[in-house]
Amino acid sequence: MIRAQVLICGGTGCTSSGSVAIQEAFKQQIEANGLAEEVKIVQTGCFGLCALGPVVIVYPDGTFYSRVTEEDVKEIVSEHLLKGRIVERLVYSDTGAEVADVKEVSLNDTAFYRSQMRVALRNCGVINPENIDEYIAMDGYAALGKVLTEMTPEQVIDTILDSGLRGRGGAGFPTGKKWQLARVLVPDADQKYVACNADEGDPGAFMDRSVLEGDPHALIEAMAIAAYAIGANRGFVYVRAEYPIAVHRLQIAIDQAREYGLLGKDIFGTGFDFDMEIRLGAGAFVCGEETALMTSIEGNRGEPRPRPPFPAVKGLFGKPTVLNNVETYANVPQIILKGADWFKSIGTEKSKGTKVFALGGNIEHTGLVEVPMGTTLRQIVEEIGGGIPNGKKFKAAQTGGPSGGCIPAEYLDIPIDYDNLLEIGSMMGSGGLIVMDEDSCMVDIAKFFLEFTVDESCGKCTPCRIGTKRLLEMLDNITKGKATLEDLDRMEELCYYIKKNALCGLGQTAPNPVLSTLRYFRDEYVAHIVDKKCPAGVCKELLTYSIIKDKCFGCGMCAKACPAGAITKTDYTAPGKKLPAYEIDPAKCVKCGACVGTCKFKAIIKG
Amino acid sequence: MKSLAELAAIRDKMKNKVVLREGSGDTRVVVGMATCGIAAGARPVLNAFVEGITAADLADKVTVTQTGCIGICQFEPVVEIYESDKEKVTYVKMTPDKAAEIIEKHLKGGQVVAEYTINNYKG
Repeated sequence: MIRAQVLICGGTGCTSSGSVAIQEAFKQQIEANGLAEEVKIVQTGCFGLCALGPVVIVYPDGTFYSRVTEEDVKEIVSEHLLKGRIVERLVYSDTGAEVADVKEVSLNDTAFYRSQMRVALRNCGVINPENIDEYIAMDGYAALGKVLTEMTPEQVIDTILDSGLRGRGGAGFPTGKKWQLARVLVPDADQKYVACNADEGDPGAFMDRSVLEGDPHALIEAMAIAAYAIGANRGFVYVRAEYPIAVHRLQIAIDQAREYGLLGKDIFGTGFDFDMEIRLGAGAFVCGEETALMTSIEGNRGEPRPRPPFPAVKGLFGKPTVLNNVETYANVPQIILKGADWFKSIGTEKSKGTKVFALGGNIEHTGLVEVPMGTTLRQIVEEIGGGIPNGKKFKAAQTGGPSGGCIPAEYLDIPIDYDNLLEIGSMMGSGGLIVMDEDSCMVDIAKFFLEFTVDESCGKCTPCRIGTKRLLEMLDNITKGKATLEDLDRMEELCYYIKKNALCGLGQTAPNPVLSTLRYFRDEYVAHIVDKKCPAGVCKELLTYSIIKDKCFGCGMCAKACPAGAITKTDYTAPGKKLPAYEIDPAKCVKCGACVGTCKFKAIIKG
Repeated sequence: MKSLAELAAIRDKMKNKVVLREGSGDTRVVVGMATCGIAAGARPVLNAFVEGITAADLADKVTVTQTGCIGICQFEPVVEIYESDKEKVTYVKMTPDKAAEIIEKHLKGGQVVAEYTINNYKG
């Protein structure tokens, strides 16, 4: 009889920090202590707190152990599992306070999880994704059963429409509307398809991967529901090959669903047929764009085509197709089971439900969080994310990846939803949220995203292929102090030109990082151009290192650390000092910054 | 899968296995499992509670956990039952048989089994 369960995160984050070895160690230790009959080990999907991985949760008490090493396993087994004494030094605590009560060490009581609301991620970190029975135990496939036996396709579409669910992949198109169009626009279609966009190309976003890794059956169930709603019987999931764990688990899930007859012919004896397969992408950013994605599934080179016709009319293989994002699908079974009114009660007026954000950058708790729409950026950054490390100040947050923009500190209290983000010049995107502190240079950030777009531009249309390249060159000149204020105006003009003329969504949004940083941080651009200075001290070409001679004790540590031999002794000895001061020859300095750390007297400054 | 009934059967069968992770039970049965408790036979008691509670279909309401030394080693195995809005009940010198009785009378019936409580052993 099982009395305790050890849940070990098997998401990509924790796998890379060694959770596989930990699982093996648990197995050995539990057997060595004769607990194999009493304690069960469960490999789960992502818990969300990736920064503290590998994470292990022990139920029934829900004790949350973070940064567990192989050496710690023995102690957890002998102390906690055998004797019931929690290993306090490994328990994750927000406050660092002593763990006094068992209740406080539970996962759900930590600040990271307390304000979260898990709908799309509800099973991630709770069930074993490779076991269909555990998904069924969490009311899995009950929504599909309900849809097939109690609802007409129109009722399904109405429910989704009524719930207000919008596409979680970026643009926020109403999901119900999409399904409705695919159902009615081509009434005599002989074949329709449902597809799932699991390409997830935004740098820093990984919520789709986490759903696939942690709760793959939710996607299968939702796609079957969508297929029933629009009248399709085949589905495709387009996943990038760089997600091996996700692909592996999804394939296991599909096989299990087939074995149970939840995919295949005559599901639940209702006469409804549906089956699906995985198509692997090679990881091109453009293949996250819907027309390019479908072209790629068809076996062609992933390039976008003009819309209309929209996929609802002419999609995969020229047939009407519904294409939704993984996170969008993950909400569907819950909406069917709990009702549109339940879903509508969460969120803001125009954005219902929750949104998953991948927190990254200069933030204490990098990881995956799911919050109701309308949560403020301040709550996400300060409360859930644990604030900025090292006492630095918040400067901006970047949402929406290469298509999005930066949100400055003045908008920290704006409720996050689709429309508010658009209004302040950013976008929801797939939910990457990169936090930047005062040491980040906004021109450099814009350059980073532009480099990404230039690399990933498919090259089909000129505005994107050449326009973004020219844009990057202009940014590069700014960071090197070679630009003029006129260049700034020309750059802005080019941005609007690309936005207006690029073929697909990716090109049209590519200038956003530049435009939004120009909007909120124009002074930084001007500082680079006019003063030839990078205020954050990031752009190397504009940096100078110098030694304040009156602070220099002449110890010579910096000179030893300098790889370029740019630091030499001078004739000047500061008052009160015994040895002559050193100086940096700017002509030889390679601006590596190695000297700064060696100076105990803070005599070396950059600026 | 040819019917909803089949699905429901799998769900019911599996529910007990995952309910442990919800930790939503209003009632907590805490078994003292320090060296003293284990030496006095706490492990069979713990297992008796887990099995009995599952068999009685109470797993979604009652959480069985373990704790360290409570400090009254002469009375081990010690089991404490916490219910919301009620005073904690401490059972001492437990055995698997007594556990079965407590599940039946206390957890199912709501009647404290006074003869096994610590009050009965005082003085």
